[in-house]
Amino acid sequence: MAKKAGPHDAGNGYQGSADYIVSDDLRNCVNIAIALQKPLLIKGEPGTGKTMLAQSIADSLEKQLIIWNIKSTTKAQEGLYVYDTVQRLYDSQFGEGDVANIKKYIKLGKMGEAFISPEPVVLLIDEIDKADLEFPNDLLWELDQMSFYIPETRETVAAIHRPIVVITSNAEKELPDAFLRRCIFHYIEFPDPEGMERIIAVHHPNLERKLLEQAMEAFYMLRNVPNIQKKPSTSELIDWLQALVVGGISPNRIKQELPFLGVLLKKNEDLDTLLNQLQGKAKGRNPNAVGNSSLSRYRY
Amino acid sequence: MFTKFFYTLKNFGVPVSMNEWQTLLEALEGGMAGSSLTGFYHLCRALLVKTEAHYDRFDMAFAAFFGDIETPEGLPDKIWEWLNKELPELEITEEMKRNHRQLDWDELKRMLEERLAEQSEEHHGGNRWIGTGGTSPFGHSGYHPGGIRIGGESRNLSAVKVAGMRRFQEFRTDETLGVRQFQIALRKLRQFTSRLEGAKTELDLDATVDKTCDNAGRLELVWERPRDNAIKVILLMDAGGSMVTYSRLCNQLFTAVHRANHFKDLQIFYFHNCIYDWLYHSHACEQSDYTDTEYILRTYSSDYRVIIVGDASMAPYELMRAGGIIDWGLHNDRPGIEWLRRLRQHFEYSAWLNPIPRDYWDWTDGAFTIRKIAEIFPMEPLTVDGLEKAVIALRSKQAVAGK
Repeated sequence: MAKKAGPHDAGNGYQGSADYIVSDDLRNCVNIAIALQKPLLIKGEPGTGKTMLAQSIADSLEKQLIIWNIKSTTKAQEGLYVYDTVQRLYDSQFGEGDVANIKKYIKLGKMGEAFISPEPVVLLIDEIDKADLEFPNDLLWELDQMSFYIPETRETVAAIHRPIVVITSNAEKELPDAFLRRCIFHYIEFPDPEGMERIIAVHHPNLERKLLEQAMEAFYMLRNVPNIQKKPSTSELIDWLQALVVGGISPNRIKQELPFLGVLLKKNEDLDTLLNQLQGKAKGRNPNAVGNSSLSRYRY
Repeated sequence: MFTKFFYTLKNFGVPVSMNEWQTLLEALEGGMAGSSLTGFYHLCRALLVKTEAHYDRFDMAFAAFFGDIETPEGLPDKIWEWLNKELPELEITEEMKRNHRQLDWDELKRMLEERLAEQSEEHHGGNRWIGTGGTSPFGHSGYHPGGIRIGGESRNLSAVKVAGMRRFQEFRTDETLGVRQFQIALRKLRQFTSRLEGAKTELDLDATVDKTCDNAGRLELVWERPRDNAIKVILLMDAGGSMVTYSRLCNQLFTAVHRANHFKDLQIFYFHNCIYDWLYHSHACEQSDYTDTEYILRTYSSDYRVIIVGDASMAPYELMRAGGIIDWGLHNDRPGIEWLRRLRQHFEYSAWLNPIPRDYWDWTDGAFTIRKIAEIFPMEPLTVDGLEKAVIALRSKQAVAGK
């Protein structure tokens, strides 16, 4: 049976790790989730370090990290176990192996792996919103009880230690209420400039002050350009800084020229939007545009 | 006092369930709030709020409820203990009870509105919200020990202050309908066929049995292509000025349609008030970026499902007259209504979704054009029910029930 963590664990639980800056409220949430043994659901803009968080928790608590990447075709069952019937049939025909032993053909999925691990682990269910609409509902029981039944072998796989479950979502699909009720929820805000500087310091410890300032200014300016579809995020800023350093760009040129803009803006439409804004062409070109500007939210 | 907070949250529109509340009480018993209001704030939010869209409501509820308590971080244990408990009956004076009773729901609502008005100002720089005036009726009402002021400037950001900042305002959606509900309604719009292209990934059981028997029992697997949804959809959205009011609702539908990955093809076009010779590619209806309606009628086969979203409200001449187009500098030889009829003629599976509630259709500004268009297309209000009905209409060639 899973052991219930004592309330005192909340105080000295997850503290963040050397390569991951965690905000106070996120850290609190992680510790609450650990103490209450509930899955932690993390939402936020792409590139705000949702997936990194699980790695950081695992590092900080010195636990193994098991990642279950969700794709649009992933079924809930696959996370538990897969019964390889075809292999068994073939084996029976060619007389290979011990066909009578069904267990041989049962392969545990990522969630099953996390359950049977002799040490407590961190289980990351990454991008749960990629899957089918009903996917989260199919996992309710397993996440609640931390056990599942394999009819083929008449066995119940129960968690030896309840894993720390971190679930990330990009909000591509709405998640069902019943699922949400069972989770601890946290939305990772986009970091403010100060928080961003601390994050950058972790990745680029020896960055020239002037370069950083100029790049940050340009970066937040870009994020504030209206109608940008995919706003540049933390990970893109870190890449951009890398590009600026490698390219030997002088800090003075950053804001004027916006070099390596492709690192920050990934969509052609966004580049066009930006150019329009910069040249002041966005307005007055099209009489229809007047009064429709607030409809820009139609675009996703 | 905490039970009261539960209802405050509900009143502010945070959907809290008993389950979550129980978990919160458990967590508090376990001392997870760390005996500070900020800790309590984060604990509550993590447990009770499940989408960033409700963060703002939670902040407002929290500020309204705990607005009076201005504390230095790390409340003395004794007081925290006291706050934690239900207030003993005898400490509620008769006066407080009277006060409490006076504030009926209507009054509370009115006061809340005032508070909201006040707060939008605060949001632009003022600081009254967190200030010293302990006059919040929300804080006083109920059994929360009103007027407690534990002196001293708070050096850290207190929870109430954080809540008062309302950083999550932009995530508010005020949705009555969720994107998810729309998505679920749209799922019914499917029509399975065996695809001609694509990988054979599904086991054909019957064929496998046959083949294996032919092989005298030696297994031979036969695969087939999975059945797939063959529904193709054209979404036509009104991007006219009068639609701005409904942009949130339309956004949700748009999001739901956009994320529905079960359509074989999805085409989206925009129009301005009414459909004429051109359908635009972007919501801005830029006159350089369009497809001829004629071309669409010619190119897209009639099995495309056409969903039109628009308020159908316009000046009668925009619909009925040649040259009635609202855009300056454009001219239409055929009246809009003719284009709509042609669309309906070609796309027999089509429906019109109107964000204006059905009750208003008879007397709103555009009542005439709404009636005219509803004679052409099956028209449903843009609600989950309406969408479900429209989906039914899209599955069969339906005659319009003219009134």
